[in-house]
Amino acid sequence: MDLNAFWIILTGALAAGACALVGSFLVLRKMAMLGDAISHAVLPGIAIAFFLTGSRAPLPMLIGAGAIGVAASVMIEALHRNGKLQQDASIGITFTWLFAVGVILISLFAGAVDLDQDCVLYGEIAYVPLDVITTGGGISLGPRAVWVVGAVFLLNLLFVILFFRQLKIVSFDSALAASLGISTALWHYALVGMVSLTTVAAFESVGAILVVAMLIAPAATAYLLTDRLKRMLVLSVASGVLSAVGGYYLAALLDGSIAGAMAVVAGGQFALALAISSRRSGAGNPAFLSVPQLISNQHEKNL
Amino acid sequence: MENDGMQNGNENGRESAQSLAASPLEVHDLTVSYNRRPVLWDIDFTVPEGKLIAVVGPNGAGKSTLIKAAMGLIPSASGYVRFFGRDLSESRQRVAYVPQRTTVDWDFPTDALDVVLMGRYGRLRLFQRPRRADVEAAHQALQKVGMEQFANRQISQLSGGQQQRVFLARALAQDAELYLMDEPFAGVDAATEAAIVELLRQMRASGKTVIVVHHDLQTVQDYFDWVLLLNMRLIAFGPMETTFTNELLQKTYGGRLSLLTEVADLMRHEQRKERDPL
Repeated sequence: MDLNAFWIILTGALAAGACALVGSFLVLRKMAMLGDAISHAVLPGIAIAFFLTGSRAPLPMLIGAGAIGVAASVMIEALHRNGKLQQDASIGITFTWLFAVGVILISLFAGAVDLDQDCVLYGEIAYVPLDVITTGGGISLGPRAVWVVGAVFLLNLLFVILFFRQLKIVSFDSALAASLGISTALWHYALVGMVSLTTVAAFESVGAILVVAMLIAPAATAYLLTDRLKRMLVLSVASGVLSAVGGYYLAALLDGSIAGAMAVVAGGQFALALAISSRRSGAGNPAFLSVPQLISNQHEKNL
Repeated sequence: MENDGMQNGNENGRESAQSLAASPLEVHDLTVSYNRRPVLWDIDFTVPEGKLIAVVGPNGAGKSTLIKAAMGLIPSASGYVRFFGRDLSESRQRVAYVPQRTTVDWDFPTDALDVVLMGRYGRLRLFQRPRRADVEAAHQALQKVGMEQFANRQISQLSGGQQQRVFLARALAQDAELYLMDEPFAGVDAATEAAIVELLRQMRASGKTVIVVHHDLQTVQDYFDWVLLLNMRLIAFGPMETTFTNELLQKTYGGRLSLLTEVADLMRHEQRKERDPL
Protein backbone atom coordinates (compact mmCIF):
# COMPACT_ATOMS: atom_id res chain seq x y z
CA MET A 1 0.00 0.00 0.00
CA ASP A 2 1.53 3.30 -1.01
CA LEU A 3 1.33 6.39 1.18
CA ASN A 4 -1.40 8.07 -0.87
CA ALA A 5 -3.66 5.06 -0.54
CA PHE A 6 -2.97 5.03 3.19
CA TRP A 7 -4.00 8.66 3.62
CA ILE A 8 -7.13 8.24 1.51
CA ILE A 9 -8.24 5.14 3.40
CA LEU A 10 -7.45 6.74 6.77
CA THR A 11 -9.50 9.82 5.88
CA GLY A 12 -12.40 7.70 4.70
CA ALA A 13 -12.24 5.46 7.76
CA LEU A 14 -12.14 8.36 10.23
CA ALA A 15 -15.01 10.08 8.42
CA ALA A 16 -17.09 6.91 8.35
CA GLY A 17 -16.32 6.20 12.03
CA ALA A 18 -17.29 9.72 13.06
CA CYS A 19 -20.52 9.45 11.06
CA ALA A 20 -21.32 6.00 12.48
CA LEU A 21 -21.08 7.16 16.11
CA VAL A 22 -23.66 9.94 15.78
CA GLY A 23 -25.57 8.13 13.03
CA SER A 24 -26.30 5.26 15.43
CA PHE A 25 -28.32 7.59 17.62
CA LEU A 26 -30.13 9.01 14.58
CA VAL A 27 -31.16 5.48 13.61
CA LEU A 28 -32.26 4.61 17.15
CA ARG A 29 -34.25 7.81 17.46
CA LYS A 30 -35.89 7.15 14.05
CA MET A 31 -34.40 10.40 12.81
CA ALA A 32 -32.44 9.00 9.86
CA MET A 33 -34.11 11.53 7.58
CA LEU A 34 -32.89 14.31 9.86
CA GLY A 35 -29.33 13.23 9.05
CA ASP A 36 -30.22 13.49 5.39
CA ALA A 37 -31.71 16.92 5.97
CA ILE A 38 -28.78 18.27 7.97
CA SER A 39 -26.17 16.99 5.55
CA HIS A 40 -27.86 18.93 2.77
CA ALA A 41 -28.83 21.95 4.84
CA VAL A 42 -25.24 22.70 5.86
CA LEU A 43 -24.33 23.36 2.22
CA PRO A 44 -25.10 27.10 2.40
CA GLY A 45 -23.12 27.20 5.64
CA ILE A 46 -20.12 25.73 3.85
CA ALA A 47 -20.53 28.14 0.95
CA ILE A 48 -20.84 31.19 3.20
CA ALA A 49 -17.83 30.15 5.27
CA PHE A 50 -15.80 29.67 2.09
CA PHE A 51 -16.90 33.06 0.85
CA LEU A 52 -16.19 34.91 4.08
CA THR A 53 -12.78 33.41 4.76
CA GLY A 54 -11.76 32.83 1.15
CA SER A 55 -10.24 29.56 2.19
CA ARG A 56 -11.06 26.19 3.62
CA ALA A 57 -9.99 27.10 7.13
CA PRO A 58 -11.71 24.33 9.05
CA LEU A 59 -12.74 26.16 12.22
CA PRO A 60 -15.07 28.81 10.73
CA MET A 61 -16.52 26.17 8.43
CA LEU A 62 -17.27 23.80 11.30
CA ILE A 63 -18.77 26.55 13.42
CA GLY A 64 -20.86 27.95 10.56
CA ALA A 65 -22.17 24.57 9.52
CA GLY A 66 -22.84 23.49 13.11
CA ALA A 67 -24.91 26.62 13.64
CA ILE A 68 -26.83 26.24 10.39
CA GLY A 69 -27.47 22.55 11.12
CA VAL A 70 -29.05 23.40 14.46
CA ALA A 71 -30.95 26.25 12.78
CA ALA A 72 -32.28 23.80 10.19
CA SER A 73 -33.56 21.43 12.86
CA VAL A 74 -35.14 24.34 14.73
CA MET A 75 -36.84 25.33 11.46
CA ILE A 76 -38.08 21.75 10.96
CA GLU A 77 -39.54 21.72 14.47
CA ALA A 78 -41.12 25.14 14.00
CA LEU A 79 -42.79 24.17 10.70
CA HIS A 80 -44.02 20.97 12.30
CA ARG A 81 -45.32 22.47 15.55
CA ASN A 82 -46.46 25.95 14.57
CA GLY A 83 -47.06 25.44 10.87
CA LYS A 84 -49.07 22.27 11.48
CA LEU A 85 -47.03 20.52 8.79
CA GLN A 86 -46.23 16.80 8.88
CA GLN A 87 -42.77 16.01 10.27
CA ASP A 88 -41.54 14.48 6.98
CA ALA A 89 -42.94 17.35 4.92
CA SER A 90 -41.22 19.93 7.12
CA ILE A 91 -37.94 18.02 6.76
CA GLY A 92 -38.43 17.86 2.99
CA ILE A 93 -39.12 21.57 2.64
CA THR A 94 -36.34 22.70 4.98
CA PHE A 95 -33.49 20.71 3.54
CA THR A 96 -34.29 21.08 -0.15
CA TRP A 97 -34.71 24.82 0.29
CA LEU A 98 -31.45 25.28 2.21
CA PHE A 99 -29.66 22.93 -0.18
CA ALA A 100 -30.93 24.96 -3.16
CA VAL A 101 -29.70 28.18 -1.53
CA GLY A 102 -26.34 26.48 -1.07
CA VAL A 103 -26.18 25.43 -4.72
CA ILE A 104 -26.85 29.02 -5.82
CA LEU A 105 -24.23 30.39 -3.43
CA ILE A 106 -21.62 27.94 -4.67
CA SER A 107 -22.34 28.72 -8.31
CA LEU A 108 -22.06 32.45 -7.49
CA PHE A 109 -18.77 32.17 -5.62
CA ALA A 110 -17.24 29.37 -7.62
CA GLY A 111 -14.92 31.75 -9.42
CA ALA A 112 -13.87 33.55 -6.24
CA VAL A 113 -12.84 30.58 -4.12
CA ASP A 114 -11.45 27.14 -4.62
CA LEU A 115 -14.76 25.34 -4.55
CA ASP A 116 -16.96 23.67 -7.09
CA GLN A 117 -20.24 21.83 -6.96
CA ASP A 118 -18.81 18.45 -7.87
CA CYS A 119 -16.37 18.52 -4.98
CA VAL A 120 -19.08 19.53 -2.49
CA LEU A 121 -21.63 17.03 -3.74
CA TYR A 122 -19.46 14.03 -4.45
CA GLY A 123 -16.31 14.67 -2.45
CA GLU A 124 -12.77 14.58 -3.74
CA ILE A 125 -11.15 12.10 -1.45
CA ALA A 126 -8.62 11.18 -4.16
CA TYR A 127 -7.05 14.63 -3.74
CA VAL A 128 -6.79 14.41 0.05
CA PRO A 129 -3.04 13.55 0.04
CA LEU A 130 -2.27 16.66 -2.03
CA ASP A 131 -3.38 19.18 0.61
CA VAL A 132 -0.70 18.69 3.25
CA ILE A 133 -0.03 20.65 6.43
CA THR A 134 3.60 21.61 6.83
CA THR A 135 5.24 23.18 9.87
CA GLY A 136 7.28 26.37 9.72
CA GLY A 137 10.39 24.21 9.46
CA GLY A 138 8.98 22.48 6.39
CA ILE A 139 8.17 19.16 8.07
CA SER A 140 5.07 17.47 6.66
CA LEU A 141 2.37 16.62 9.20
CA GLY A 142 0.20 14.73 6.75
CA PRO A 143 -2.95 15.77 4.89
CA ARG A 144 -5.08 18.51 6.40
CA ALA A 145 -8.25 16.46 5.90
CA VAL A 146 -6.93 13.70 8.16
CA TRP A 147 -6.45 16.19 10.98
CA VAL A 148 -9.92 17.71 10.55
CA VAL A 149 -11.75 14.40 10.23
CA GLY A 150 -9.64 12.85 12.99
CA ALA A 151 -10.43 15.71 15.35
CA VAL A 152 -14.15 15.36 14.72
CA PHE A 153 -13.94 11.59 15.15
CA LEU A 154 -12.30 12.07 18.57
CA LEU A 155 -14.85 14.74 19.46
CA ASN A 156 -17.71 12.38 18.60
CA LEU A 157 -16.06 9.57 20.52
CA LEU A 158 -15.75 11.81 23.57
CA PHE A 159 -19.34 13.02 23.15
CA VAL A 160 -20.73 9.48 22.97
CA ILE A 161 -18.60 8.15 25.86
CA LEU A 162 -19.13 11.06 28.25
CA PHE A 163 -22.86 11.44 27.59
CA PHE A 164 -23.66 7.80 26.88
CA ARG A 165 -26.36 7.56 29.57
CA GLN A 166 -28.06 10.82 28.58
CA LEU A 167 -28.11 9.91 24.89
CA LYS A 168 -29.40 6.44 25.68
CA ILE A 169 -32.26 7.43 28.00
CA VAL A 170 -33.38 10.32 25.79
CA SER A 171 -33.39 7.99 22.77
CA PHE A 172 -35.20 5.12 24.50
CA ASP A 173 -37.76 6.89 26.69
CA SER A 174 -37.86 10.66 26.38
CA ALA A 175 -40.86 10.89 28.73
CA LEU A 176 -38.95 9.16 31.54
CA ALA A 177 -35.90 11.32 30.82
CA ALA A 178 -37.99 14.48 31.08
CA SER A 179 -39.62 13.26 34.29
CA LEU A 180 -36.14 12.74 35.78
CA GLY A 181 -35.19 16.29 34.84
CA ILE A 182 -32.97 15.34 31.87
CA SER A 183 -33.64 17.88 29.12
CA THR A 184 -34.72 16.12 25.93
CA ALA A 185 -34.44 19.33 23.90
CA LEU A 186 -30.86 19.95 25.06
CA TRP A 187 -29.69 16.48 24.01
CA HIS A 188 -31.66 16.61 20.78
CA TYR A 189 -29.90 19.78 19.71
CA ALA A 190 -26.54 18.58 21.02
CA LEU A 191 -26.86 15.52 18.79
CA VAL A 192 -28.02 17.63 15.84
CA GLY A 193 -25.05 19.95 16.38
CA MET A 194 -22.62 17.01 16.40
CA VAL A 195 -24.21 15.58 13.24
CA SER A 196 -23.77 18.96 11.56
CA LEU A 197 -20.09 19.18 12.56
CA THR A 198 -19.50 15.64 11.38
CA THR A 199 -21.21 16.26 8.07
CA VAL A 200 -19.03 19.26 7.33
CA ALA A 201 -15.86 17.48 8.36
CA ALA A 202 -16.76 14.46 6.23
CA PHE A 203 -18.14 16.20 3.17
CA GLU A 204 -14.71 16.73 1.66
CA SER A 205 -13.96 13.05 1.73
CA VAL A 206 -17.29 11.50 0.81
CA GLY A 207 -19.28 14.51 -0.39
CA ALA A 208 -22.45 16.11 0.93
CA ILE A 209 -24.73 13.50 -0.61
CA LEU A 210 -22.84 10.32 0.24
CA VAL A 211 -22.22 11.43 3.82
CA VAL A 212 -25.82 10.38 4.41
CA ALA A 213 -24.83 6.83 3.51
CA MET A 214 -22.08 6.94 6.14
CA LEU A 215 -24.44 8.38 8.77
CA ILE A 216 -27.06 5.68 8.29
CA ALA A 217 -25.77 2.52 6.59
CA PRO A 218 -23.07 1.40 9.11
CA ALA A 219 -25.40 2.22 12.03
CA ALA A 220 -28.27 0.30 10.44
CA THR A 221 -25.95 -2.65 9.76
CA ALA A 222 -24.80 -2.70 13.40
CA TYR A 223 -28.40 -2.38 14.61
CA LEU A 224 -29.23 -5.62 12.80
CA LEU A 225 -26.26 -7.49 14.24
CA THR A 226 -26.54 -6.88 17.99
CA ASP A 227 -29.02 -6.17 20.75
CA ARG A 228 -26.73 -4.14 22.99
CA LEU A 229 -26.16 -0.43 22.51
CA LYS A 230 -22.42 -0.40 23.26
CA ARG A 231 -21.79 -3.26 20.86
CA MET A 232 -23.90 -1.49 18.25
CA LEU A 233 -21.70 1.61 18.49
CA VAL A 234 -18.49 -0.44 18.18
CA LEU A 235 -19.86 -2.49 15.29
CA SER A 236 -21.09 0.60 13.45
CA VAL A 237 -17.60 2.13 13.58
CA ALA A 238 -16.11 -1.18 12.43
CA SER A 239 -18.57 -1.34 9.55
CA GLY A 240 -17.72 2.25 8.60
CA VAL A 241 -13.98 1.52 8.60
CA LEU A 242 -14.55 -1.61 6.53
CA SER A 243 -16.54 0.46 4.03
CA ALA A 244 -13.62 2.86 3.66
CA VAL A 245 -11.05 0.10 3.12
CA GLY A 246 -13.28 -2.02 0.89
CA GLY A 247 -14.49 1.01 -1.02
CA TYR A 248 -10.97 2.14 -1.82
CA TYR A 249 -10.00 -1.17 -3.37
CA LEU A 250 -13.35 -1.56 -5.15
CA ALA A 251 -12.80 1.86 -6.71
CA ALA A 252 -9.26 0.92 -7.68
CA LEU A 253 -10.58 -2.28 -9.25
CA LEU A 254 -13.31 -0.49 -11.17
CA ASP A 255 -11.27 2.68 -11.73
CA GLY A 256 -14.36 4.59 -10.46
CA SER A 257 -15.38 7.09 -7.79
CA ILE A 258 -13.82 6.25 -4.42
CA ALA A 259 -16.57 7.90 -2.38
CA GLY A 260 -19.24 6.12 -4.42
CA ALA A 261 -17.51 2.79 -3.93
CA MET A 262 -17.29 3.34 -0.16
CA ALA A 263 -21.04 3.99 0.04
CA VAL A 264 -21.72 0.94 -2.12
CA VAL A 265 -19.63 -1.27 0.19
CA ALA A 266 -21.53 0.18 3.19
CA GLY A 267 -24.81 -0.71 1.49
CA GLY A 268 -23.51 -4.19 0.65
CA GLN A 269 -22.68 -4.81 4.32
CA PHE A 270 -26.20 -3.77 5.27
CA ALA A 271 -27.70 -6.24 2.77
CA LEU A 272 -25.47 -8.98 4.17
CA ALA A 273 -26.47 -8.12 7.76
CA LEU A 274 -30.12 -8.19 6.75
CA ALA A 275 -29.66 -11.67 5.30
CA ILE A 276 -27.92 -13.15 8.35
CA SER A 277 -29.64 -11.19 11.12
CA SER A 278 -31.40 -13.51 13.51
CA ARG A 279 -32.30 -10.89 16.07
CA ARG A 280 -35.00 -9.06 14.16
CA SER A 281 -37.84 -11.53 14.19
CA GLY A 282 -40.24 -8.76 13.34
CA ALA A 283 -41.86 -8.80 16.76
CA GLY A 284 -42.05 -5.04 16.94
CA ASN A 285 -42.73 -4.49 13.26
CA PRO A 286 -46.34 -3.47 12.44
CA ALA A 287 -46.14 -5.57 9.27
CA PHE A 288 -45.89 -8.68 11.42
CA LEU A 289 -48.71 -7.81 13.81
CA SER A 290 -52.02 -9.54 13.56
CA VAL A 291 -55.19 -7.50 13.20
CA PRO A 292 -56.30 -7.99 16.85
CA GLN A 293 -52.85 -6.83 18.01
CA LEU A 294 -53.13 -3.73 15.85
CA ILE A 295 -56.55 -2.97 17.28
CA SER A 296 -55.39 -3.41 20.86
CA ASN A 297 -52.32 -1.24 20.14
CA GLN A 298 -54.61 1.44 18.79
CA HIS A 299 -56.78 1.03 21.84
CA GLU A 300 -53.81 1.60 24.13
CA LYS A 301 -52.80 4.78 22.36
CA ASN A 302 -55.83 6.82 23.45
CA LEU A 303 -55.44 9.94 25.58
CA MET B 1 -69.64 18.71 41.23
CA GLU B 2 -67.77 18.55 44.47
CA ASN B 3 -68.26 15.83 47.00
CA ASP B 4 -67.26 15.35 50.59
CA GLY B 5 -64.05 13.53 49.93
CA MET B 6 -62.76 16.14 47.57
CA GLN B 7 -63.55 19.01 49.89
CA ASN B 8 -61.84 17.28 52.74
CA GLY B 9 -58.84 16.72 50.52
CA ASN B 10 -58.68 20.39 49.67
CA GLU B 11 -58.88 21.49 53.26
CA ASN B 12 -56.15 19.09 54.24
CA GLY B 13 -54.03 20.44 51.41
CA ARG B 14 -54.43 24.05 52.49
CA GLU B 15 -53.75 23.36 56.12
CA SER B 16 -50.65 21.33 55.50
CA ALA B 17 -49.21 23.18 52.52
CA GLN B 18 -46.53 24.73 54.68
CA SER B 19 -45.97 21.80 57.00
CA LEU B 20 -43.79 18.72 56.50
CA ALA B 21 -46.78 16.55 55.74
CA ALA B 22 -47.73 18.37 52.56
CA SER B 23 -49.92 16.43 50.13
CA PRO B 24 -47.98 14.28 47.61
CA LEU B 25 -49.81 16.03 44.79
CA GLU B 26 -51.92 19.17 44.61
CA VAL B 27 -53.38 20.27 41.31
CA HIS B 28 -54.78 23.79 41.17
CA ASP B 29 -57.04 25.16 38.42
CA LEU B 30 -55.18 23.17 35.77
CA THR B 31 -56.27 23.75 32.16
CA VAL B 32 -54.55 22.03 29.24
CA SER B 33 -55.22 22.41 25.53
CA TYR B 34 -53.98 20.71 22.37
CA ASN B 35 -53.94 22.97 19.32
CA ARG B 36 -56.02 25.56 21.19
CA ARG B 37 -58.70 22.94 21.87
CA PRO B 38 -59.05 22.45 25.62
CA VAL B 39 -58.74 18.84 26.75
CA LEU B 40 -58.67 19.51 30.49
CA TRP B 41 -60.71 22.24 32.13
CA ASP B 42 -60.00 23.81 35.48
CA ILE B 43 -58.89 20.66 37.31
CA ASP B 44 -58.50 21.08 41.04
CA PHE B 45 -57.76 18.34 43.58
CA THR B 46 -55.49 17.35 46.44
CA VAL B 47 -54.24 13.79 46.78
CA PRO B 48 -54.15 12.16 50.24
CA GLU B 49 -51.01 10.28 51.25
CA GLY B 50 -50.68 6.51 51.21
CA LYS B 51 -53.66 5.69 48.97
CA LEU B 52 -54.07 3.72 45.75
CA ILE B 53 -55.92 6.09 43.45
CA ALA B 54 -57.53 5.24 40.10
CA VAL B 55 -58.02 7.88 37.42
CA VAL B 56 -61.11 6.80 35.50
CA GLY B 57 -63.00 8.24 32.56
CA PRO B 58 -64.03 7.56 28.96
CA ASN B 59 -61.63 7.59 25.99
CA GLY B 60 -60.45 11.11 25.32
CA ALA B 61 -61.33 12.25 28.83
CA GLY B 62 -57.76 13.47 29.32
CA LYS B 63 -56.59 10.87 31.84
CA SER B 64 -53.07 10.49 30.44
CA THR B 65 -52.99 14.19 29.67
CA LEU B 66 -53.65 14.96 33.33
CA ILE B 67 -50.64 12.90 34.41
CA LYS B 68 -48.39 14.26 31.67
CA ALA B 69 -49.36 17.84 32.45
CA ALA B 70 -48.75 17.28 36.16
CA MET B 71 -45.26 15.93 35.31
CA GLY B 72 -44.63 18.96 33.09
CA LEU B 73 -44.28 16.79 29.98
CA ILE B 74 -46.86 18.87 28.13
CA PRO B 75 -47.48 22.58 28.73
CA SER B 76 -50.49 23.74 30.72
CA ALA B 77 -52.55 26.74 29.62
CA SER B 78 -53.12 27.75 33.23
CA GLY B 79 -53.00 26.50 36.80
CA TYR B 80 -50.18 24.99 38.79
CA VAL B 81 -49.11 21.72 40.40
CA ARG B 82 -47.34 21.07 43.70
CA PHE B 83 -45.55 17.87 44.70
CA PHE B 84 -45.12 17.59 48.46
CA GLY B 85 -45.83 21.31 48.68
CA ARG B 86 -43.05 22.18 46.26
CA ASP B 87 -42.40 22.68 42.59
CA LEU B 88 -41.62 19.47 40.64
CA SER B 89 -38.03 20.61 40.04
CA GLU B 90 -37.50 20.53 43.82
CA SER B 91 -39.11 17.15 44.39
CA ARG B 92 -38.15 15.03 41.39
CA GLN B 93 -36.54 12.30 43.50
CA ARG B 94 -39.79 11.82 45.40
CA VAL B 95 -41.88 11.33 42.25
CA ALA B 96 -41.74 8.48 39.71
CA TYR B 97 -43.58 8.45 36.40
CA VAL B 98 -44.40 5.29 34.45
CA PRO B 99 -45.30 6.09 30.82
CA GLN B 100 -47.55 3.85 28.74
CA ARG B 101 -45.67 0.76 27.65
CA THR B 102 -46.46 1.41 23.97
CA THR B 103 -44.73 4.80 23.96
CA VAL B 104 -41.24 3.31 23.70
CA ASP B 105 -39.52 1.18 21.07
CA TRP B 106 -39.05 -2.27 22.58
CA ASP B 107 -36.63 -3.18 19.77
CA PHE B 108 -34.15 -0.74 21.33
CA PRO B 109 -30.82 -2.53 21.81
CA THR B 110 -30.78 -2.99 25.57
CA ASP B 111 -31.69 -5.51 28.27
CA ALA B 112 -34.18 -5.53 31.14
CA LEU B 113 -31.61 -4.68 33.83
CA ASP B 114 -30.38 -1.69 31.86
CA VAL B 115 -33.93 -0.33 31.48
CA VAL B 116 -34.48 -0.64 35.24
CA LEU B 117 -31.13 1.03 35.88
CA MET B 118 -32.43 4.07 33.96
CA GLY B 119 -34.68 4.67 36.97
CA ARG B 120 -31.52 5.58 38.90
CA TYR B 121 -30.24 8.13 36.37
CA GLY B 122 -32.03 10.96 38.14
CA ARG B 123 -29.76 10.37 41.15
CA LEU B 124 -26.51 10.52 39.20
CA ARG B 125 -24.50 13.63 38.48
CA LEU B 126 -23.60 14.62 34.91
CA PHE B 127 -20.59 12.35 34.37
CA GLN B 128 -21.23 9.89 37.18
CA ARG B 129 -21.55 6.22 36.27
CA PRO B 130 -24.11 4.04 38.04
CA ARG B 131 -22.65 2.84 41.32
CA ARG B 132 -22.77 -0.65 42.78
CA ALA B 133 -25.68 0.45 44.98
CA ASP B 134 -27.63 1.51 41.87
CA VAL B 135 -27.10 -1.85 40.18
CA GLU B 136 -28.09 -3.57 43.43
CA ALA B 137 -31.28 -1.47 43.63
CA ALA B 138 -32.11 -2.38 40.02
CA HIS B 139 -31.70 -6.11 40.77
CA GLN B 140 -33.90 -5.82 43.85
CA ALA B 141 -36.58 -3.98 41.86
CA LEU B 142 -36.57 -6.76 39.24
CA GLN B 143 -36.91 -9.29 42.05
CA LYS B 144 -39.95 -7.49 43.44
CA VAL B 145 -41.79 -7.81 40.13
CA GLY B 146 -40.67 -11.41 39.63
CA MET B 147 -38.40 -10.63 36.69
CA GLU B 148 -34.95 -11.30 38.18
CA GLN B 149 -34.32 -14.28 35.89
CA PHE B 150 -34.90 -12.03 32.84
CA ALA B 151 -32.36 -9.37 33.91
CA ASN B 152 -30.09 -9.93 30.92
CA ARG B 153 -32.85 -10.63 28.41
CA GLN B 154 -33.07 -8.34 25.38
CA ILE B 155 -36.27 -6.32 25.92
CA SER B 156 -37.88 -7.21 22.57
CA GLN B 157 -37.87 -10.86 23.69
CA LEU B 158 -40.14 -10.10 26.65
CA SER B 159 -43.91 -10.49 26.50
CA GLY B 160 -46.13 -7.45 26.89
CA GLY B 161 -46.78 -8.29 30.52
CA GLN B 162 -43.08 -8.80 31.22
CA GLN B 163 -42.28 -5.47 29.57
CA GLN B 164 -44.83 -3.78 31.81
CA ARG B 165 -43.22 -5.38 34.86
CA VAL B 166 -39.84 -4.07 33.76
CA PHE B 167 -41.37 -0.60 33.56
CA LEU B 168 -42.75 -0.97 37.08
CA ALA B 169 -39.39 -2.27 38.32
CA ARG B 170 -37.80 0.84 36.86
CA ALA B 171 -40.23 3.00 38.85
CA LEU B 172 -39.45 0.97 42.00
CA ALA B 173 -35.74 1.54 41.42
CA GLN B 174 -36.44 5.28 41.57
CA ASP B 175 -37.44 4.70 45.19
CA ALA B 176 -39.94 7.53 45.14
CA GLU B 177 -42.86 8.35 47.44
CA LEU B 178 -45.44 9.22 44.80
CA TYR B 179 -45.94 7.09 41.67
CA LEU B 180 -47.88 8.16 38.59
CA MET B 181 -48.66 5.21 36.30
CA ASP B 182 -50.21 5.52 32.86
CA GLU B 183 -52.32 2.43 32.06
CA PRO B 184 -50.07 -0.23 33.61
CA PHE B 185 -52.84 -2.82 33.14
CA ALA B 186 -53.25 -2.22 29.40
CA GLY B 187 -52.69 -5.36 27.34
CA VAL B 188 -51.11 -7.47 30.09
CA ASP B 189 -51.77 -11.13 30.86
CA ALA B 190 -53.70 -12.28 33.94
CA ALA B 191 -50.55 -13.30 35.83
CA THR B 192 -49.02 -9.88 35.33
CA GLU B 193 -52.24 -8.15 36.34
CA ALA B 194 -52.25 -10.12 39.59
CA ALA B 195 -48.57 -9.34 40.14
CA ILE B 196 -49.17 -5.62 39.59
CA VAL B 197 -52.08 -5.59 42.04
CA GLU B 198 -49.95 -7.35 44.64
CA LEU B 199 -47.16 -4.85 44.03
CA LEU B 200 -49.53 -1.89 44.41
CA ARG B 201 -50.67 -3.26 47.77
CA GLN B 202 -47.09 -3.70 48.95
CA MET B 203 -46.37 -0.13 47.91
CA ARG B 204 -49.38 1.11 49.88
CA ALA B 205 -48.25 -0.91 52.90
CA SER B 206 -44.91 0.89 52.83
CA GLY B 207 -46.63 4.27 52.73
CA LYS B 208 -46.34 5.08 49.03
CA THR B 209 -49.00 7.00 47.18
CA VAL B 210 -49.89 5.58 43.75
CA ILE B 211 -52.01 7.23 41.06
CA VAL B 212 -53.00 4.91 38.22
CA VAL B 213 -54.76 5.68 34.96
CA HIS B 214 -57.17 2.77 34.74
CA HIS B 215 -59.46 1.53 31.99
CA ASP B 216 -61.37 -1.39 33.41
CA LEU B 217 -64.40 -0.24 35.40
CA GLN B 218 -64.98 -3.80 36.64
CA THR B 219 -61.80 -3.87 38.70
CA VAL B 220 -61.65 -0.30 39.99
CA GLN B 221 -63.32 -1.14 43.29
CA ASP B 222 -61.18 -4.23 43.88
CA TYR B 223 -57.84 -2.62 43.18
CA PHE B 224 -58.09 0.96 44.48
CA ASP B 225 -58.99 3.00 47.59
CA TRP B 226 -59.84 6.30 46.00
CA VAL B 227 -61.07 7.25 42.55
CA LEU B 228 -60.81 10.34 40.40
CA LEU B 229 -63.60 10.56 37.83
CA LEU B 230 -62.56 12.62 34.84
CA ASN B 231 -64.18 13.75 31.63
CA MET B 232 -62.32 16.88 30.54
CA ARG B 233 -63.54 18.32 33.83
CA LEU B 234 -63.11 16.78 37.25
CA ILE B 235 -66.40 15.04 37.94
CA ALA B 236 -65.53 13.79 41.41
CA PHE B 237 -62.56 12.77 43.55
CA GLY B 238 -62.85 10.86 46.79
CA PRO B 239 -62.97 7.51 48.60
CA MET B 240 -64.33 4.60 46.58
CA GLU B 241 -67.51 4.10 48.65
CA THR B 242 -68.78 7.66 48.24
CA THR B 243 -67.40 8.41 44.79
CA PHE B 244 -67.70 5.27 42.64
CA THR B 245 -71.47 5.55 42.46
CA ASN B 246 -73.85 4.93 39.59
CA GLU B 247 -74.88 8.54 39.55
CA LEU B 248 -71.35 9.93 39.32
CA LEU B 249 -70.32 7.28 36.78
CA GLN B 250 -73.27 8.24 34.60
CA LYS B 251 -72.15 11.85 34.90
CA THR B 252 -68.59 10.87 33.91
CA TYR B 253 -69.46 8.70 30.96
CA GLY B 254 -72.59 10.61 29.93
CA GLY B 255 -74.53 8.75 27.30
CA ARG B 256 -71.45 6.76 26.49
CA LEU B 257 -71.74 4.39 29.42
CA SER B 258 -74.35 2.66 27.35
CA LEU B 259 -75.52 -0.89 27.39
CA LEU B 260 -72.89 -1.67 24.77
CA THR B 261 -69.89 -0.72 26.91
CA GLU B 262 -71.35 -2.46 29.91
CA VAL B 263 -71.69 -5.63 27.88
CA ALA B 264 -68.13 -5.26 26.61
CA ASP B 265 -66.82 -4.77 30.14
CA LEU B 266 -68.76 -7.75 31.39
CA MET B 267 -67.41 -9.92 28.58
CA ARG B 268 -63.86 -8.90 29.40
CA HIS B 269 -64.50 -9.68 33.03
CA GLU B 270 -65.76 -13.13 32.11
CA GLN B 271 -62.75 -13.74 29.89
CA ARG B 272 -60.46 -12.83 32.73
CA LYS B 273 -62.21 -15.30 34.97
CA GLU B 274 -61.68 -18.00 32.35
CA ARG B 275 -58.01 -17.15 32.02
CA ASP B 276 -57.43 -16.89 35.72
CA PRO B 277 -59.89 -19.05 37.71
CA LEU B 278 -58.65 -17.58 40.99
